Amino acid sequence: MMDPITSEALRNAVIAGLLAIIPAGVMGVYIVIRRMVFISGSVAHASLSGVGLGLIASFSPLIGALILTPAAAVGMGIIVKKTRLPEDTAIGMLWATGMSIGVILAALVHNTSDLSVYLFGDILAVPTADLILMGVLDAVIILAALRVYRGFLSISFDEEFSKLVGVSAEPLYFLMLFLIALTVITLLRVAGILLVIALLAIPAALSRRLTFSVPKMMALSCLFSALFTMSGLFISLRFQLPSGAVIAILCGVVFLVFLTVSRLRDRTRRSLHS
Amino acid sequence: MATEVVKLENVWVYYDGTPVLEGINLSVEFGDFLGIIGPNGGGKTTLLKVVLGLIRPNKGTVSVLDGPRNGSRPAVGYVPQYAPFDHDFPISAWQVVRTARYHRGSWLPARYSKEDEKIARDVLQTTGMDGFADRQIGQLSGGQQQRVLIARALAVRPRLLLLDEPTASIDPDMQAEFYQLLERLKNDMAIVMVSHDITAISVYVDKIACLNRRLVYHGSKEITPDVLEATYKCPVQLLAHGDIPHRVLKEHDR
Repeated sequence: MMDPITSEALRNAVIAGLLAIIPAGVMGVYIVIRRMVFISGSVAHASLSGVGLGLIASFSPLIGALILTPAAAVGMGIIVKKTRLPEDTAIGMLWATGMSIGVILAALVHNTSDLSVYLFGDILAVPTADLILMGVLDAVIILAALRVYRGFLSISFDEEFSKLVGVSAEPLYFLMLFLIALTVITLLRVAGILLVIALLAIPAALSRRLTFSVPKMMALSCLFSALFTMSGLFISLRFQLPSGAVIAILCGVVFLVFLTVSRLRDRTRRSLHS
Repeated sequence: MATEVVKLENVWVYYDGTPVLEGINLSVEFGDFLGIIGPNGGGKTTLLKVVLGLIRPNKGTVSVLDGPRNGSRPAVGYVPQYAPFDHDFPISAWQVVRTARYHRGSWLPARYSKEDEKIARDVLQTTGMDGFADRQIGQLSGGQQQRVLIARALAVRPRLLLLDEPTASIDPDMQAEFYQLLERLKNDMAIVMVSHDITAISVYVDKIACLNRRLVYHGSKEITPDVLEATYKCPVQLLAHGDIPHRVLKEHDR
C-alpha cells in the first residue's frame, strides 16, 4: 500500500486545496480576459527567489515568497508601463532571473532539494502555519478584487477609454499585478511554481467558453478549480503521484476534451443545417 | 453664442525625435462640426489623443473645455478607430456603454445610479442599438460594434465628441444614417471627426481642416481655390463616389 498519510496532513491538504480555489478562480478570470497569462507565469517563476530567501533566512519559504513575489510583479509592471521594452522580453527576463536567484540562494545553504517542493507543489505537506497565511491572503485577494471589480473590468476591456472616464488605470494595473502575486503564493503549495499557471489559466479559459458574464465566469472557474484540485488530490493519493502535476494534467486534459467535444458538436450542428 | 471648447496653440509632438505634429493651432467652438482630413500617418490620431490628454505635447498649450488640464476629461466623448478589445471579451453592449458611467470611490462593485441606467438606455436608443443591449460585443457586426462605441462615447454626456475614422467599419448603407445622427448631436456638443477618406467629409461637416503634420484650417464651409492654393500640401485624392452627399476638395498645390 501507500505511505501512511496522517489525518492531519490529509486535513491540511483539503483545506489548502479549498483555500487555493477562490483566488485562482477570481484572479484567473482577470488574468485570462486581460491577457496576462504569461505575465502571471513569469511572476510565478520569479517567486522562486522568495522561496530561496526563505530557505537562506530560515523562515518559511512562503514568507520569503510573500516578500519577493509582489516586488517582482510590481517590477514587471514598471518595466511594462515605464519603459519601451517589449512585454515578452520583460516576461522572459523576470522569469529566468527570478528563478536563478532562488536556485543560488538555496545552493548557498545546500538546500536545493527543498526547492522541488515549491517547484512542483506538495499539497500533502502543508504546515498549519502556511494554511493561516493562505487564509489571510485569500481574504485580502477576495476583498480587493471585489472592491475594484468595475475598475478591473474597465481596464481589462479598454484601458485607454477607462482613463478618459476617470478610472485610475495605472494604479489599478499595479494592484492587479500585486493581487496576482498574492494569488501565486496561495497556489505555491498546491500546484507548485511550475504548474501555478495551469490553475490560473485553465479554469478561467474553460468558463469563458461557457458564459459571457464575468461574475458567472468567476463562479464557474472557482467550481472548476475545486473540481481539479480535489480530484487531483484524490488521484495523487490513490496512485502516489505528485499532486501538483496531477492537478495540472487534469486541467489540461479536461480543457482538451472540452475543446474537442465542442468542436465535434459544432460540426454536427453545421452538417445538420446544411 | 459661441464658446470655445478646444484651443491648441503651437502644439508640437515628437516620436523618437521625429515631429508628428508641427505647430498646430486649432480652435473648436461649441456647436462646431469639424472634419479633419489627411493621409495615414499624418498625425490625425495623435492630434485627437493630444486633445484627449492621452498624449502630452512636447511643446505648446492645450486647453479643452474648462482650461488646461491633465488626465481625465470627463466631458469628452471618444470613438476610437479600431475596436480596441478582444472580440470574445465577456461583456455585453449594455455593459460596454455602462463603463462610461464609472464613478470613483463607490464602495463594492456597487450599483449604477438610476440616472446612469437611464443614460445608458438613452444612448443605445439614440444609436439604434437598444435591441442589441444584451448581446455579447463580439457577436455584433463591425458597424454595430461601432455604434456601441459611439453610444459609449455619448454616455459620457460629452460637450465635445471626437471620432477617429468613424466610417471605416460602417457599411455604406449605414453612412447616411450615421451622418444624420451626428447632425442631430451637433446641437448639444462640438464634434471633431478625422478621416483619411475624403468621402467621409459629408455636407454635414461645417468646417474642414487638412492635417499632414501641419494643420491647415479652412475655417468655413466655403473654400475658394485661393484658399486651397494657399494651404500646405496635403495629399488628399480627388476621388469621391457613392450616394452620400459629399464635397470634393481640390488637391492642394505645392
